[in-house]
Amino acid sequence: MALALVLVFFVAPVDADQGISQKIFYFHVPIALTAYACFGTGAWKALRLLMTAEERYDLESYTAVHQGTIFGALTLVTGSIWAKASWGVWWAWSSNQLVLFLVLFLFYCAYFMLRFSLEPGSRRARSSAVYALFGVVLIPVSFLAIRLANDFIHPTVFTRHGAQMTGWMFTAFCVSWAALLLLAYVMYRVEIIGKQIDANLRELRELLTA
Amino acid sequence: MSSYAADVTALAQKDLRLELRARETLPAMLLFVLATLVVFHFALPPGAGDDAAYGLLWVALVFTALLGLARAWIPEREGAAIDGLVLAPCDRSAVWLGKALATFVFLLAAEVVALPAFAVFFAPLHGAAIAGVVLVNIGICTVGSLISAMAASSRTRELILPLLFLPLAIPLIVGGVGSSISPDSGKYLLFLALYDGVFSILSWASFEYVVTE
Repeated sequence: MALALVLVFFVAPVDADQGISQKIFYFHVPIALTAYACFGTGAWKALRLLMTAEERYDLESYTAVHQGTIFGALTLVTGSIWAKASWGVWWAWSSNQLVLFLVLFLFYCAYFMLRFSLEPGSRRARSSAVYALFGVVLIPVSFLAIRLANDFIHPTVFTRHGAQMTGWMFTAFCVSWAALLLLAYVMYRVEIIGKQIDANLRELRELLTA
Repeated sequence: MSSYAADVTALAQKDLRLELRARETLPAMLLFVLATLVVFHFALPPGAGDDAAYGLLWVALVFTALLGLARAWIPEREGAAIDGLVLAPCDRSAVWLGKALATFVFLLAAEVVALPAFAVFFAPLHGAAIAGVVLVNIGICTVGSLISAMAASSRTRELILPLLFLPLAIPLIVGGVGSSISPDSGKYLLFLALYDGVFSILSWASFEYVVTE
């Protein structure tokens, strides 16, 4: 993981001629893509839980959604910083990506509220799994909705950083994205192991005091 | 197949009959939507056009629906009837469909009052807007019945229902407002139909997992 972080910071100086405010792009977009990947993973684990009813999928689904929410929040923050730097405003309703993430962020925060309001057990696992599935279906539907909404909210036109990237920039982007995915994966494993240790500890404690 | 339809009809009729006798939820929804429309009159600045009013209509409808949905599963919860329904020899999704149908009827009844009131207070409603209302109703009732069942088994019941439901309702509001104010309303109606189709199937398939252990 240290190597991944070093790579991430090594990448940025390679494109020092682009201008400081543009460099956040290397973080913002990969973070957003990683968040999508986490939500997708969460929904996949949720589906597996509903199909097989194995307990471990509940923990994995919850952790994946947790990571996704963290990365989603980071997307919003980095997106706001980039917006301030390049457009001069902290928030722009005309940015589809940001609005979509705001909706998803609200949705998945509600996921945690749901989880904390139910007693641990199979009922909580299944409700959370169903909700995570709804979330992942909501992603394309919300995206469509936001695009449709732009027609009557703010039809502003702004120069968008295109997908055409020169060789070095593309490499930098890919390295950065790989590094962030790796980071997300490592955080995911660490959190799962931590929670499993927690659960084992609790079990041992109950056995000792019984 | 016909027994499924019979189950759904029986369940929906049960809810409608309960409401007709108790007369608790529907009058509250009617009064709430009228009061909200009046509040919106004061909330809108004088120069605001019709477009803003249409937007607020949809907010009023969604929040009225939330009121109805919060009460949707209460009969089942209070008498512990939900266990009986789950044990009944019918497809569990029929329970969901029956509830969604009953909620749809309640919402429609509230709108029969609300829409003419809106037309009188604010701005006239054309065919596309009415079609939008019906499609949004379907979306609210299908998704809302499932989410309400999820919320019913949690500690914080009525608190959590709006939190869970509002992000899912955002596309509905977009579609509804678009169908009211946009010249190209067919696009928004199509989008609403897509939302209804996708989420109805998802809710129908996943209801069983929400009510069983």
